[in-house]
Amino acid sequence: MAVSTDKSGQKVWRLSDRNAQLARWFAWFVAVAVIMYCWQTISEQTTWFFVMDAPNIAGDIASRAMPPKWPYINELWEPLWDTINIATIGTLLSLFLAVPVAFLAARNTTPHKYLCRWPALLIIVSSRSINSLIWALLLVAIIGPGIFAGTIAIALRSIGFCAKLLYEAIEEIDEKQVEAIKATGASPWQVMAYGIVPQIMPSFAGITVFRWDINIRESTVLGLVGAGGIGLQMQASLNVLAWPQVSLILLVIFAAVILSEMVSAKVRGAII
Amino acid sequence: MSATLSAPRKWRKPPLIKNPFLRWSLLLGSLAYLLLAVGSLEVNWSRVYEGLDRGGRFILAFTHPDFISRWSDIYDGMMESVIMTITSTAAGIIISIPIGLGAARNIAPLPVYIICRGIIAVSRALHEIIVAILMVAIFGFGPLAGFITLSFATIGFLSKLLAEDIEDTDRSQAEAIKATGAAWLQWINYGIQPQVMPRLIGLSMYRLDINFRESAILGLVGAGGIGATLNTAFDRYEFDTAAAIIIIIITIVMCLEYLSGVIRAKVQ
Repeated sequence: MAVSTDKSGQKVWRLSDRNAQLARWFAWFVAVAVIMYCWQTISEQTTWFFVMDAPNIAGDIASRAMPPKWPYINELWEPLWDTINIATIGTLLSLFLAVPVAFLAARNTTPHKYLCRWPALLIIVSSRSINSLIWALLLVAIIGPGIFAGTIAIALRSIGFCAKLLYEAIEEIDEKQVEAIKATGASPWQVMAYGIVPQIMPSFAGITVFRWDINIRESTVLGLVGAGGIGLQMQASLNVLAWPQVSLILLVIFAAVILSEMVSAKVRGAII
Repeated sequence: MSATLSAPRKWRKPPLIKNPFLRWSLLLGSLAYLLLAVGSLEVNWSRVYEGLDRGGRFILAFTHPDFISRWSDIYDGMMESVIMTITSTAAGIIISIPIGLGAARNIAPLPVYIICRGIIAVSRALHEIIVAILMVAIFGFGPLAGFITLSFATIGFLSKLLAEDIEDTDRSQAEAIKATGAAWLQWINYGIQPQVMPRLIGLSMYRLDINFRESAILGLVGAGGIGATLNTAFDRYEFDTAAAIIIIIITIVMCLEYLSGVIRAKVQ
């Protein structure tokens, strides 16, 4: 905020002084220039003739997809069950690795600042940077297509997410309680069990349910690369251009995701 | 007092769930589900065993990633991913601000609120890949489909969190601006915007990071970006090229995360 005096001696109020304003405009200028350049690149690679035709094509697909082929739903129960299993087992598996990694990564519980903390952070970043579909792609190439590859892919992707949120929760604990347990002469493991774990339990449960909800959404598409679940049916239907089946599958996925989100919101509401 | 001293009681940790019936039925229910779920998980162990060798080769590939032999493909794919990330984040922010305003119950009337919440729900429920498949079908192959997909996904994320933040703002500040006789736009600009701006910037940076990670998979369905190159590398079992791509992705994500950390620390 800057107040300056103009020529007639009147006070003028402005949000920021001149240099700050110039810097702000320059930043905007650079940002707009970069975005325009990027957009131009995209535009050059686009066949605008097809894009002009897009409303017709969209209308065409919609008319083919409606109404959904309801009887097909009987073939979807099993893939749906697989999808939910991939998400649930994947989340549980990831927790086995995420908990120790989180304790190694948190500043206040790590055994060694560099030797343990940095590898743990590296695990977290690598697991987080790589999408579960890429993990699935890789695992399908290594251990073959199927639900198992999908489960492991979900687990590998979830490690980083859960460990990151968990280690942030560990770093925010109240040290006084830990101190109090220590003062009773407790061993390090007892300090962990009675001083730290009760404090992070609510956020741990919250993180787990939150990730489970995300994993349901992710496991619906793993089938596209052959890693099991309802995505397999979608890929098959897309390949033969069976749009009524595709629209039904999309509806089922939509319902499953909304339901899982409601469950997760309810559980998190009960915990916190 | 003396009674408790003469017969020391053993202290037990209080259980997480108080109601014993609920506790046991939850435990048994989840155990039963787990048994069923693991039972339906068919694992072809001989195939897994055969694959271990390939898995080992993949991990070894990280010690000698091959950036050179497919460099032009990697470079093109990466540039496309970065370009899609930047444009879609910008477009996503521009679109999600009005939708976020509309989805905040304290400033939007009910019909607008319901429409905006509906848009957010659809955008959040559909995975990026599914949207990308539809967009490729409609707009054709190439980065434009990826751009639209990522912008659409950004709307769901950003508007939802922005709306929640607006709902949490301090009423009295907005009220004070209103009392000066401000018009609706001025009210938003001086009463609401300063309160949510730091978080909006932080979330936008976070979304930039997510969009980059997502742009890496859109290529699998033909929507542009590095995913196509990565897919080809896996299909040909060229693990050293795949390792190189993954290393580049991780490095860029780490840089973005560091950058967004710096910017968030500055504005908050």
